[in-house]
Amino acid sequence: MTSVYLDRIAATPLLPEVREAMGPFLGEAFGNPQSLHAAGRRAQEAVEEAREDVAALVGAQAAEIYFTASGTEANNFAIKGLALGHQAKGRHIVVSAIEHSSVLNSVKALERQGFTMTLVPVDGSGRVDPAAVEKALTKDTTLVSVMTANSEVGTIEPIAAIAAAAKPRGILVHTDAVAAAGSVSLDVQALGVDALSLAGDQFYGPKGGAALFVRKGVRILPLVDGGIQEGGRRGGTENVPAIVGLGRAARLAARDMDARRAALVPLRDSLLDELPGRIERVLVTGSRTDRLPHHASFCVEFVEGEAMLLSLDMQGVAASSGSACTSKALKASHVLLAMGLDHATAQGSLIFSLLDGTIPAGVDRLLEVFPPIVDRLRRMSPLWTEHLKKRGS
Amino acid sequence: MYSDKVMDHFANPRNVGVLAVADGVGQVGNPVCGDMMTFYIKVENDRLADVKFQTFGCGAAIAVSSMVSEMAKGKTLAEAMAITNDLVAEELGGLPKNKMHCSNLGADALHEAIKNYEDKRAGRAPAAKPAGDLHEHEGEACACPYCETALEEENKAFCRACHVEFEECPACGGITKKGDAVCIHCGAPLKKAS
Repeated sequence: MTSVYLDRIAATPLLPEVREAMGPFLGEAFGNPQSLHAAGRRAQEAVEEAREDVAALVGAQAAEIYFTASGTEANNFAIKGLALGHQAKGRHIVVSAIEHSSVLNSVKALERQGFTMTLVPVDGSGRVDPAAVEKALTKDTTLVSVMTANSEVGTIEPIAAIAAAAKPRGILVHTDAVAAAGSVSLDVQALGVDALSLAGDQFYGPKGGAALFVRKGVRILPLVDGGIQEGGRRGGTENVPAIVGLGRAARLAARDMDARRAALVPLRDSLLDELPGRIERVLVTGSRTDRLPHHASFCVEFVEGEAMLLSLDMQGVAASSGSACTSKALKASHVLLAMGLDHATAQGSLIFSLLDGTIPAGVDRLLEVFPPIVDRLRRMSPLWTEHLKKRGS
Repeated sequence: MYSDKVMDHFANPRNVGVLAVADGVGQVGNPVCGDMMTFYIKVENDRLADVKFQTFGCGAAIAVSSMVSEMAKGKTLAEAMAITNDLVAEELGGLPKNKMHCSNLGADALHEAIKNYEDKRAGRAPAAKPAGDLHEHEGEACACPYCETALEEENKAFCRACHVEFEECPACGGITKKGDAVCIHCGAPLKKAS
């Protein structure tokens, strides 16, 4: 059976060049970057080279990049480190309603320490209105955090306009770019952000290699106290292989970004265009215009996401869903609810995210196996029966 | 994540469908909590001559419905009422901890259908839901631990969305399902309902 992997947002494979670059640091080049001797220097040089590559991917300076173990850690570091570092000025944080849980829960943790938060709503396409962010700002606001793109619905947010609203008031702006970095061109100068999170496992780097950009001169408190690693802002011996892998993946992403995008967009669009034509009562979630190049997401009415995922998996197709049943917590997706979808529709969430190198035959295979799956599940759905009754057939 | 038996019942569910002329119909769940099940029964000589179901929900919910229908078919009403959620989960070779909720719904839907049949036969209006007296919770509002729907002020012991009855865990104070062996939050053993 042909297998088709359409779950890039969960994991990407290592590119051969990335694995090759990491190889020595899983073997003979085991030195600690903080050591003075030759083994240490070799590791240190590799880490600094990776820092240059990551900085170049987002238009930053190498000294502004701090390595972390995950996108989640980068977001925790940004939210807590910036908010706590500026609490003498104010204790109000503005975030969008569709942020990743690592951002929302970091803010909730700060709320327990006396901070306050405003959640900015999104429109039906998952877009944050910069004017709504501006309206949420108070004299007490020190930090705004809005994601660059949402991994569940693919919508790319107007970060530059949001930053332009906050900056004149001296408010810091962070963006969680984990879903976007490596796939869309990002420049911290053009965006006007003070901090930006990214993770290499979203663009063919290893799990465990992630980073936070913090603009030079911006005060941030460390999340992990320890030694002098990462300029004293993130203690702990560097994960050299993961950092080297992240660096190489960033270099390749910068080099190949346009070509990758050019190959993915037609495939993405064929999915977005054709699926609703082949199955009735399917809606595209997220923006059609400002959208990640590898991302096609839908809600299939009257059926539940996990049941669709299991059925697709039996046909060799890997995808993901934001349905409540898919989440361990059995909670409906806060992203889809924030976009105004009802619980039942949100249960039918399905996300297809394409790896580079996905061939048109892979998308064709999905388009072929998926309609019968939906048909089978709908025939056992009481909601579908009810719908047919109402429709009078 | 799922046992082979669960996957078999998910891929080839038994007794899917609607009985146009049913002696009893039971519906539990709500799309808010993720699952919704409707059971239809046909009763002959105090036995379940036919059982059909429809389910909107995850793989576990579909497999549970299928298993319940298979276990119930041909049984007397008393035997069918004795099918418990634990028995269903056991027959399926176990369910992931966070999916036990689905097994609760399956047996509940069958029992609702039988009650509906008995009510109809006795000429009664459908039975009212039991009331409870759970204590106020500090901080966040009282919500169903399964679907997070806010529980009603006047009836905190019952989630209308999931049709689940609750009690307070004596160890952690969290709301957990009544009649379960252990608390879903802290795993502390619960007293069996008498």
